Amino acid sequence: MNAAYTLPDERGHYGTYGGRYVPETLMQAILELEEEYKKAQADEGFQKELQGLLKDYVGRETPLYFAENLTKQAGGAKIYLKREDLNHTGAHKINNSLGQALLAQRMGKRKIVAETGAGQHGVATATACALLNLECIIFMGEEDIRRQQLNVFRMELLGAKVVGVQSGSATLKDAVNEALRYWVTNVEDTHYILGSVMGPHPFPMIVRDFQSVIGNETREQYLEKEGKLPDAVVACIGGGSNSMGMFYPFIKDETVRMIGVEAAGLGTDTEKHAASLTKGTPGVLHGALMYLLQDEHGQIQEAHSISAGLDYPGVGPEHSYLKDSGRAEYESITDEEALEALQLLCKLEGIIPALESSHAVAYALKLAPQMKKDEGLVICLSGRGDKDVETVRARLGGKGQ
Amino acid sequence: MNRIEKVFQNLKQNNEKAFVPYIMAGDGGLETLAEKITFLEKAGATAIEIGIPFSDPVADGPVIQQAGIRALEAGTTLRGVLAAIAEIRPIVHIPLIFMTYMNPIMAYGIGNFISDASASGVDGLILPDLPAEEEEIIAPIAEKAGIEIIRLVTLTSPLERIQEIAAKGKGFLYAVTVNGITGARKGFKDELGKHLERVKEVSPIPVLAGFGISEPEHVKEMNQHCDGVIVGSRIIELLQSGELAKVEELIASSKIEEIKL
Repeated sequence: MNAAYTLPDERGHYGTYGGRYVPETLMQAILELEEEYKKAQADEGFQKELQGLLKDYVGRETPLYFAENLTKQAGGAKIYLKREDLNHTGAHKINNSLGQALLAQRMGKRKIVAETGAGQHGVATATACALLNLECIIFMGEEDIRRQQLNVFRMELLGAKVVGVQSGSATLKDAVNEALRYWVTNVEDTHYILGSVMGPHPFPMIVRDFQSVIGNETREQYLEKEGKLPDAVVACIGGGSNSMGMFYPFIKDETVRMIGVEAAGLGTDTEKHAASLTKGTPGVLHGALMYLLQDEHGQIQEAHSISAGLDYPGVGPEHSYLKDSGRAEYESITDEEALEALQLLCKLEGIIPALESSHAVAYALKLAPQMKKDEGLVICLSGRGDKDVETVRARLGGKGQ
Repeated sequence: MNRIEKVFQNLKQNNEKAFVPYIMAGDGGLETLAEKITFLEKAGATAIEIGIPFSDPVADGPVIQQAGIRALEAGTTLRGVLAAIAEIRPIVHIPLIFMTYMNPIMAYGIGNFISDASASGVDGLILPDLPAEEEEIIAPIAEKAGIEIIRLVTLTSPLERIQEIAAKGKGFLYAVTVNGITGARKGFKDELGKHLERVKEVSPIPVLAGFGISEPEHVKEMNQHCDGVIVGSRIIELLQSGELAKVEELIASSKIEEIKL
């Protein structure tokens, strides 16, 4: 760990996790992607183009905001918000979608397939495809389409084709299955823009790297404001992309606690949750070995969370490794707690966070009082809550209380 | 010698082609498995591929997905299938090959699974989500126990890679005939025949074509370029609708010598 942290290894493994558990038909495509990614990393032109788009199109860097009212309410450590909600398209997902769309362009692939849960990755990918004139098809579970109708329409406005998935739990897991099946069938001219730090190598690495802009900026901004590193960074985890992007630049700074917050749904003692690291066991799904919610026979279980973006029964291989190694800590927050945190942030700071990000806020509110007043923590506010207003309204019975 | 090697040796001596049907264990209830196996053996199957249901089968099309869902709803487990195979093994002479995904095996425990599969009389394993890059997690243990890993090569595999993969096995090579998932198709790429012949040229072991093969015409067409076929989705449909005569006809189509005009 620490100074020597160089994962993944050349075969895409994080300890025993990760790897490339995919049909042979996809092997050439992911080997090519790995090659091309290496070249792009070393290519100044590519980096310059990406940086330029992140600055002028996405609106980076995003602010690191000192949430004074929230800090007073919690009564402990200083709470900062990394405002990924202020990105173009309203969440951190665009950091990765743009990067991968540029990679696809480099590889001469003009067609893009992607999965989406909450719709944020779908919207970000549809946006990147509109910008770069790429054809775009998005798979989305029917249950999520119902929960996130506005995002479906946004994707369509942006020129993407949204395909509903009815199989299984009709949520993110099933959308990934269908996106993979589509990719196997159309691999020769299509790139799969995976939206989280999961799937076969090199996806977990590529997505982490593109999302690391979050942690890199946070590190610099915090140093500038406080003259030191934060004592903790807190981020929500579905597949784990915003958290990995926040954590990775701090991995070697052992004084910085890294805390991932999973969705406990109705509670981790019920069957309705999405806490893969807290309650799951290692197994293979969607191309990687990672922690999964599964039964004793290795059948994948349905996840549950009020937030569509966390409703996934697995968590990326690098998080799985960081859990076992003890470098990162993983906690969970229920639907109710997330809803309360969402309302609190609205009232105290005038910021409507996504339900996903509200999980991180809720845990930070538990953590801050246990910390000293001269300590500080950063919440990755991964997305804005506009997409969730309808869900929240229905849940609260139309009242703001 | 493994049963798979033996059966292909016999085919070669008799100048015959292989026909390997796929069935989903537990589809229609696990108690129907023995009956299906004996029927297919009697109908002339070279070997039988037995699917173990998994909740998220990314390499499979709608027919096998649905069969898997039916099997899981009927309570099928890997442990249960192994017990059923052990029971029927003494009266079945052809190779029995499991096809499943890595996760049910990992949940069982790789070492335990291999020793139980070997004891039950399983001859081979097809794992569509296990490319060469990851196979050391299970292949050495399986092969030591006399269970052949049946490896897949596809239209996207470069010839060098096909050669490397083919050199690893002692059973047969599974040549996937389409870019895509399992399930019936109307037609195949024009270059498929040439592709199969190139695969055959570099493979020291027999080459069987699979994915999308559903009609006697497909079987005959494929058999001109390789050593036999694997038929899955179509067999499942026919067994489900009780059209046993059509299953027999499909298998028989691999036995008829092509009449050259």
